[in-house]
Amino acid sequence: MTGAITSLRTWKRPPVLLKDPRWRWTILLGSAIYLVLAISSVEVNWFRVYEGLERGWKFIQGFLSPDFNSRWRDIQAGLIESLTMTLTSTVAGVLISVPIGLGAARNLAPLPMYTICRSIITLSRSFQEIIIAILLVAMFGFGPFAGFLTLTFASIGFLSKLLAEDIEDCDSAQIEAIRATGADWWQVVNYAVQSQVMPRLIGLSLYRLDINFRESSVIGIVGAGGVGATLNTAIDRYEYDSAGAILIIIIAIVLVVEYSSSYIRRWVQ
Amino acid sequence: MITNANTQTWQFRTPKQYMLRWAGWFWLVALTVFCWNLMTEDTIWAFVADAPRQASDIGGRMLPPRWGYLNELWQPLWDTLNIATLGTLIGVIIAIPVAFLAAENTTPSRHFVRPLALLIIVTSRSINSLIWALLLVAIIGPGLLAGIVAIGLRSIGFVAKLLYEAIEEIDESQVEAVRATGASGTQVIDYAIIPQVLPAFWGISVFRWDINIRESTILGLVGAGGLGLQLQSSLSTLAWNQVTVIFLVILATVVVSEWVSAKVRQAVL
Repeated sequence: MTGAITSLRTWKRPPVLLKDPRWRWTILLGSAIYLVLAISSVEVNWFRVYEGLERGWKFIQGFLSPDFNSRWRDIQAGLIESLTMTLTSTVAGVLISVPIGLGAARNLAPLPMYTICRSIITLSRSFQEIIIAILLVAMFGFGPFAGFLTLTFASIGFLSKLLAEDIEDCDSAQIEAIRATGADWWQVVNYAVQSQVMPRLIGLSLYRLDINFRESSVIGIVGAGGVGATLNTAIDRYEYDSAGAILIIIIAIVLVVEYSSSYIRRWVQ
Repeated sequence: MITNANTQTWQFRTPKQYMLRWAGWFWLVALTVFCWNLMTEDTIWAFVADAPRQASDIGGRMLPPRWGYLNELWQPLWDTLNIATLGTLIGVIIAIPVAFLAAENTTPSRHFVRPLALLIIVTSRSINSLIWALLLVAIIGPGLLAGIVAIGLRSIGFVAKLLYEAIEEIDESQVEAVRATGASGTQVIDYAIIPQVLPAFWGISVFRWDINIRESTILGLVGAGGLGLQLQSSLSTLAWNQVTVIFLVILATVVVSEWVSAKVRQAVL
C-alpha cells in the first residue's frame, strides 16, 4: 500500500532562487540585521516632518494649480537654455563618440587604439553629470556653456560604449565580404559597418537626447544653466505654484521627447 | 569606349534617397547652429579663454589630497549607503502594486486604473532624484529622511516600468494552466505570474540600487544628507584637497556597487 502513503504528502512550492536553505537563511538574517542597524542610524526629527506636512500640502496645491504667468520670463529663459543645451550637446556628443566608438570596437581597431578609447569611455562614465558640472562651472564660469560641456562629456561615454558594443556585434560575414572586394579600412567602415550600425546609432542618439534633456533640468542647481536654476530659485522662495508649473513643463517635454523618439526609432529600424 | 545606355552603374542609394538624406542633414545642422548661437549669446568668452589657467589652478589645489579627511567620511558614507538601500526598498515596495496595475494582462481596469498607474510611472521617472530631494528638503526639512524619500520616489517609476514590461511578457499558458485548476485571482498571481517575473524583479531592483548609490552620493548638495553634504561644505570653503578625497571615495563606492550589482544579476538572470 505504498501508493496511499505517497499520496498523503502535500506539495510544497520549490524556491525560485537560492535553492540552498543555508544560503537563504544567511541572507535573510544578514538583511534583517542590516535593516535594524540602518533604520536605527537614521535620525528623524518627526516634529519638523509634521510641520512640513502643511508645506507639502501647499506644494501639492501648487502642482494642481500651477502658476505659469508670474515667473514666465525666467521659466522661458531657463527652458531655452535647457533645450539648446540638450540639442547642441547631443550633436557634439555624437560627433565625438563616432570615432571613439570605432576605436573602441575590437574588430576594427588595433590593441593600442582600443585601450586608449576604452579608457576615455571609462573616464567619462565613472563620474556623474553633477560632479562634472561642478568642476566645469568652476573652470568655465556659470552659464549654459559649462552645461553644454558637461552633457557632451557625459554623452561621449554613453554613446561610444554602446556604439562600440554594436560594432562588435556586427555580422562579420558582411565585413569579410566587403573586405574580399579589396576595400580599404574606410570603405569597410562605410559600406559594411555603417549600414549595419546606423539605425542603432540613430536610436541611441535619440535616447541620449532624452537623457540630456532630463539632466539639463538638473545641472542648473550647481550653476550650469538651464531650467534647473529657475526651479531651484522657485523652491527656495517657497513659490510652489511656479515650481509646480516648471515641473509640469519638464514632465510634458520629457513625454513629448520620449514618444517622438520612440516613434522615430520604430520608423528607422 | 562605347557605353551601353542600358548598363547601370551601381549606386549606394537612389537619387531620391540622396536628396532626402541631404535635406535631413541640412536641417539638423541648421537647427544646431541656431541653438548654438542662442545658447552662447550670454557666454562670457573671456571666462572660457581663461579656463586652462583656472583648471591648472584648481588642479594645483586639489593635489595632494588631504588623506586625513578620510576619517570624517565614514559616517557620511554609511549614511549614503542607507539612503540608497532604504530608498530602493521603499521604491520597490510601492512599485510592485503599481506595476501590476499598469501591466495590460493584470490591470483591473484598462481605461481607468492603467492610465493612472502609467501617470505615476511617468511623473516619477521624469523628475530627477536631485529635484525630488530639493522639494523634499524644502518640505520635510534637511536630513537623511528627505534623501531616502527622494530616492524612493524616483525609483518607483523605473522599477515599475521595467517590472510591468516583464509582467506583460510572461508565458500566458502557465497562467491558463493555474487558472484551470480553479485558482482565484490572487492565487494566479502568486503561482503563475510571480515565479516567472521573480528573477527579472531581483535583477531590476539590484540594478536600481546600483543607480541609487550613484545618485545618493550627491543628494547632499541640496541638503539631503550623505557624502554630498561633505562635498557641499568642502566646495563652499574652497577646500579642493578635501574635494579630491570625496571624489575618490565616491568613485570607489560606485565601482564596488557596480561590481556587486553585476555579480547579483549574473546569479539571478
